[in-house]
Parts: sequence; C-alpha cells; structure tokens
Amino acid sequence: MSAESTELPPRRRRGNATFWLGLILVGVIVLAGIVSFFWTPYALSDMAGGRLEAPSAAHWAGTDRLGRDLFTQLMIGARIALIVGCGAVAIGAVIGVATGILAAFATRFLDDALAAFFDILIAFPTLLIAMLVVAAREEASLGTAILALGIGLSPIVGRITRILTKQVLGQDYITAARVSGTSWGAIVYWHILPNIVPFLGVNLALQFGLAVMAEASLSYLGLGAPPPNASWGRMLQEAQGTVYTAPWGAVLPGLALFALVIGINLLADGLRDRFDPARRDG
Amino acid sequence: MTLMSLENVGFAYGPGRRVLEDISFTVPRGANVGLVGESGSGKSTLLRLMLGLDSPQQGRILFDSAPLEARNRHYMQGYRKRVQAVFQDPYSSLNPAHRIGRIVSEPLRSLKVPGDHRRMAEEAIASVGLSADTLDRFPHQFSGGQRQRIAIARAIVARPELVLADEAVSALDLSTRVRVVDLFQEISEKMTMVFVSHDMGVVAALCDQMVVLDRGRIVEAGATAEILRNPQHAYTQSLLASIPRMPEGPVAL
Amino acid sequence: MMGDLLTVRGLTLATPDKVLVEDLSFSIAPGERFGLIGESGSGKSLTSLAVTGLLEPSIRPAGSITLAGEEIIGAPEKRLVRMRGDAVATVFQEPLTALDPLMPLGRQIAGPVRRRLKRKGQDAGRAAVAREVQTLLEQVRLPEPERLIRSYPHEVSGGQRQRVAIAMALACQPRLLIADEPTTALDVTTQAEIVRLITALVEDLGIALLFISHDLAVVGQVAERVMVMRDGRSIETGPAQQVLTRPEDSYTRSLVAAARRFDQALEGQP
Repeated sequence: MSAESTELPPRRRRGNATFWLGLILVGVIVLAGIVSFFWTPYALSDMAGGRLEAPSAAHWAGTDRLGRDLFTQLMIGARIALIVGCGAVAIGAVIGVATGILAAFATRFLDDALAAFFDILIAFPTLLIAMLVVAAREEASLGTAILALGIGLSPIVGRITRILTKQVLGQDYITAARVSGTSWGAIVYWHILPNIVPFLGVNLALQFGLAVMAEASLSYLGLGAPPPNASWGRMLQEAQGTVYTAPWGAVLPGLALFALVIGINLLADGLRDRFDPARRDG
Repeated sequence: MTLMSLENVGFAYGPGRRVLEDISFTVPRGANVGLVGESGSGKSTLLRLMLGLDSPQQGRILFDSAPLEARNRHYMQGYRKRVQAVFQDPYSSLNPAHRIGRIVSEPLRSLKVPGDHRRMAEEAIASVGLSADTLDRFPHQFSGGQRQRIAIARAIVARPELVLADEAVSALDLSTRVRVVDLFQEISEKMTMVFVSHDMGVVAALCDQMVVLDRGRIVEAGATAEILRNPQHAYTQSLLASIPRMPEGPVAL
Repeated sequence: MMGDLLTVRGLTLATPDKVLVEDLSFSIAPGERFGLIGESGSGKSLTSLAVTGLLEPSIRPAGSITLAGEEIIGAPEKRLVRMRGDAVATVFQEPLTALDPLMPLGRQIAGPVRRRLKRKGQDAGRAAVAREVQTLLEQVRLPEPERLIRSYPHEVSGGQRQRVAIAMALACQPRLLIADEPTTALDVTTQAEIVRLITALVEDLGIALLFISHDLAVVGQVAERVMVMRDGRSIETGPAQQVLTRPEDSYTRSLVAAARRFDQALEGQP
C-alpha cells in the first residue's frame, strides 16, 4: 500500500545477548538437575553437618535445621522444578491448544461458551485450581502436583491459542489453502500451528515460570511433592523460621527460582527471534 | 462454450443483511470476464460463492454444465484442480512460515496431483518471470509485486481451467501493476479468467467482457468495449465519469 | 523565491542506518496547489511529516524547512504545536483512524475551532463555536448537519468522514493544507467528489495545498505544479501539465506511460 514503512533497526543484537544469558541460566540449572541423578555432595537425608551452618568448603550452600546439606537439596530441587515445569506446561499446552483451536473453529455459540469458560477458570488463581485437584486426588504427590498445575494453566493457554488462531484464520493464506484443496486438518498443521507457536512459545515460557512458582507455593503449603523430595518451595517453607539467623537457607532457593524463571523467559524470547524467518535472515 | 454460469444467485449474511440478489451471468470458456463494483457491491461475496467457499441461498452455479456442490468434498477435490484463485493482499496470502517452494506446490500436494512437484513448481515460477532459486526463499524476502507473482504461480501450478482473481493488482504500485497486468494477460491466453476489481481501468485493459455490480445487483453486463463506449445504466455512467483521467494535450514519452 | 509560504532546502531524513529522504528541495507559493507524486517507499509521506514536525524521534532531519517564515527543523515542540494550528493542517488517508471513535463528530470539529478562537482572543463561547462548526459543515457540503454533529465516526460513510476531517483541518484556518493520500481509501465516485471539494475549498479560501498521492491522474486534476519522488529523491519538478504529458526523466516517463495505458484501455484502445 502507499503507507510508507519507516523500518526500525533490527533488534537482533539485543536479542542475541538476552538469548545467551537465558541459555546460560537455564543450562546451569538443567545441568544441576541432571547431575543430581548420579551425584550429589551428600545423600539427601544425610545429616552430615552441624545445624544451620553457613556456606563453607564442606557445605557450599550451608546446612538446614537438621544439619542436612543445602547444596544437595538445591540440586534435587532443580530436578523437581524442571520436571514440574515441563510436565505442567506440557499438560497445559496439550489441553489448552486443543480447546483453543477448537473454540476458534467452532460455531459462534460454542466459541462464546468456551471463551466464557476460559475466562471463568482464569478468574480462579491457578494455585486454587491446583489445590482443588490435589484435594480431589486425596494425596499429595509429585504427579498430582504436575497434573494439578497443568490443568490450572490450560485455560490461559486456551484463551491465547483461541485469539492467535482467529488472527491466523483471517489471513488470505488460509483462504488460499482452502482454494488449493488443503483439508482443515492440514491447514491446522501446516498453516495455523507454525504461525501461532512462536507467540505461544513465549507465553508457555511465562507459564513455565508460573508453574515452577506455583509448585513452590504448593510445596510451601505442604500440598506439593512430599518429603523426601526437596523442592525449592519446601526449602523456602522450612527456612522461614530461621530466615533471620540463617538467611542463606531462604535466599538461595529463592535465587534459584528467580534465575530459572528469568532464564526460561529470556531463552524463549531469543528462540522466537531465531525461528522467525523474517528475523532470521534480517 | 460456457465454462461457468450463475443463475439467479442470491446470498445474505443473515436476516436483513442481503448482499447478492438475482445474479445471473455466464463465463465463456477462454474469455476474460471482469466483475466491477465499488465497496458494498457484493463482488467479494460473489467470488467466494464461485470458489465454493460459501453456497448461494437462492439460485445455482453451474460449472462445466454441472452444479457446483460446495458441500460435497469429493466433488470439490475435482473442482479445486480446475479452479484456482489469486487474492488481493500479497502480504497476507503467502504463509510467512514456509519457503516459496512449499507455498507454490501446495495445490499439487493437497490435490494429490501426480508427477514431480518440484519440477512443476519450477515451471510455474519460471512462467511468472521469477528464477528457480526463488523456491528456496521465504516470502518476506520479496517485494509486493514479486509476492503477487508467487501467488499467481501457486494458482497456475496445477494447470487449472479457470483462475479467479480478487483485486489482484489493487495493492500494487503503478509500475508494478502494469507488469502484473501484462503477466495476467499472458496467462489468460491459456485459461479462462474472472477478474474482480473496483478498478475499471484494469478491467478495461484485461477483460473482453464486463459485469457491473451495484449494491448486490447486476446493473449492466456485456462486451467491455461496448459498455465503455456506450454505458446504459446511470451507475455505470457515473462510475466511468468519476475515474480520474490524465491531463489531455500532446503527449511525448 | 521571495514570499514563498513553504520552502524546503536540502532536506535529508535518516535513521542511524538508512537514508530515507535525501537532499530534497522545493517550495510552495501562497495559494499554490502543489502535488507530490511517488510510489511506496519514495519518502513522500515522510516529507509531509517533516513539514509538520511530526517525525518519529528515530528519524533525524537535516537541511531547512521554512513555513510562513519560521524554521521547522530544530524548532521547540511548543512552537511546532502553534504552527500546526496556525499555519498548517493535515488530512490523512484513513479518516476512520484519524478521528476519535468515541467522540461525536460535532465535538471533534469544535475542538480546533475553540482553540483558534481562543488563540486569536475572540469569543470562544458555546454559541460562537457552534456557529463556526455550522459554517464549516456547510463549507465541506455535508448533508443533514444537525444529525451529523451528533453521529460517531463509525455511523457515517468513508466519504463523509473524510469531509469531517477536512472540516477539522479548515477549522484551524491554515495557510497550508497538506492532504496525504486523502482519497486512496475511498471509492472512485466518492474520490471524485472529495477531489473536487478540496480543489474548490483551497481556491475559495486562498489556502496553499500540498497534495500527496501515488495516483498520477488524481494529482493531475488537483495540482498546478508537481514533484515526482523516487527512493527519497526528487526526480522531476515542473508544471503538472508538462510533467504528466511531456516528462523529461525516464522514471517519470514509465509512470506516465503506465497511467496512460489504463486511460487508453478505458477509451477502448487495447
């Protein structure tokens, strides 16, 4: 058209720096989680040190009230955070993307109903939904926590998927695909998913962060993974009584949580920039 | 011989939102037919009906003497092989996530056309005046005019009998528009074309027959030269009179 | 030339990594109708934004733009705001986005009327403003002004919206009216009416016009003098009649040939 675009300088350089920072943060935590399967400085329930020792050469992150090594707990906590984050996001994405696309394709009535349903569910905090699921299962386990958080996240994903899909459905290339004889299934696979995933991915990263934090909250409330699982949330809960005398017990898992959430978001932003053809080739 | 004919076609987007009323005309095989109308004339809806994306509520559309069954999947599979389209906005009609090769060969894949799809895509892209390495690139690497050529390549790759173009040159700059009109002219020698446009000049340059639409009804139809020389309906007359013309005087180019 | 209303000298617009307009010079005399022709990316709209001092901060202007004797480039925002009301007003391509969707049209026109009356120290009371609005609606030949002032933008046609936008521009009583693709979003029949309206108004009121369009024939109907732009540079400047019938530059020749080809098709010549 005749409107003239005044192109802004590409955001590539900035994107690269944040991408690498995200990769390093997430990479360190993933590495810690993987290594924890084979090696930790001490056994998880090994009361190897004195009570509430400050970080030292023997206990890199100090010890807790029972003299257990906090660095060991942080490593195992990384593993649990990643499992919970990936699991919950996977469940939330499958349910959310499916219902979101369904809503976008549905008749006006069903679409309105699903949209209202998403909005009502979103009005409940994810944590509250997760607590209800845990209560319904009548036992707190890691699996229950993941399922609960996944279900809690699904309406958020569903609502975003619905909006993104509707935007794509309005594009001429969808009409062109129909005229080319492409079936609706193939249109979803070839045309809709590739164009919503870059945006959805960034949002799923945000949800990953929410899931990890919600798991920490569930554990903090005693509804998450039961002992001996050392989730960061449980570490925070156990450290709350000694936060003034031994602050490292609360600060370190808090920092780990913060690093993972920030890292995932930076990484997702960077990945989107890299996989967008329009940005990839400048 | 008639390739497509519309008989008393009517369409409404709901009660009180009638957009087409009693539309009848024929598209002879090998002809170029222009559908001219301003916004609200119903020309885009008419094109959707002719593409089988919607079904008329009154009347019927005949293609090659048989009714167009828009809801019959088996029938549409065959229909799509014979009828293709080019859309207005070259920026929205190509999926930004795919390479041009995949975009151009989409009809071949979806319609399960036998043969070497890559070779057929290369032929189509060559016939719109682009080089074969175009196929390995992404849409954003091309200008509006080049994108429209790619969209035309997609429309002709399965060798259809009829190509419907919806305002296919309206979004292009003047110098690009002339070249794409030339390309359409070249292509139309091998197939039948229906050209939907608000631009009388483009239709005059491309089409030997013309149908003028106003608020969902046909006000005038016939040979383009005849309508331009002697418009019968008041609407056609005012439309022709409104088109801005270049200043008169001795021209030296 | 002495006494020009707008003088642009050596205007260059650039972002840190791209030159968008380069070494552009032209001038518009009081009351003159000047056309700016260019395809997309030619820099014609940026040029009009530079004249009104509305460039994005990332675009750096160099050179000189004098409007009614005042330098625009480097002028403080406060002075630019006054200039925009006093010396220059703009009508844009899409009136639907240029108008406030939540405000009745009458109040939208009343805004600039009130500001002008206040600036000139005249009576800006309710009755005076209403009277002015009424006059403006008559000037732009809007039917049923009573109904129209209470309507919202989405309730009236595109042509009527553009008339309202023109009325708002005239409310400032500018000495230069900039019309940036004012008919591109409109139907052909409406376009013809708006083109006639703008031409008649600037002539009657003695306002100079900077008319920007990609459509050679439309510019030919409106402008006395035209400049053709391509890739941010001026290609050819001259009387409209001469440039559109006997262009000197090869690019202008190709544009004129293209436009004339569709014209000839309408005359029944293939």
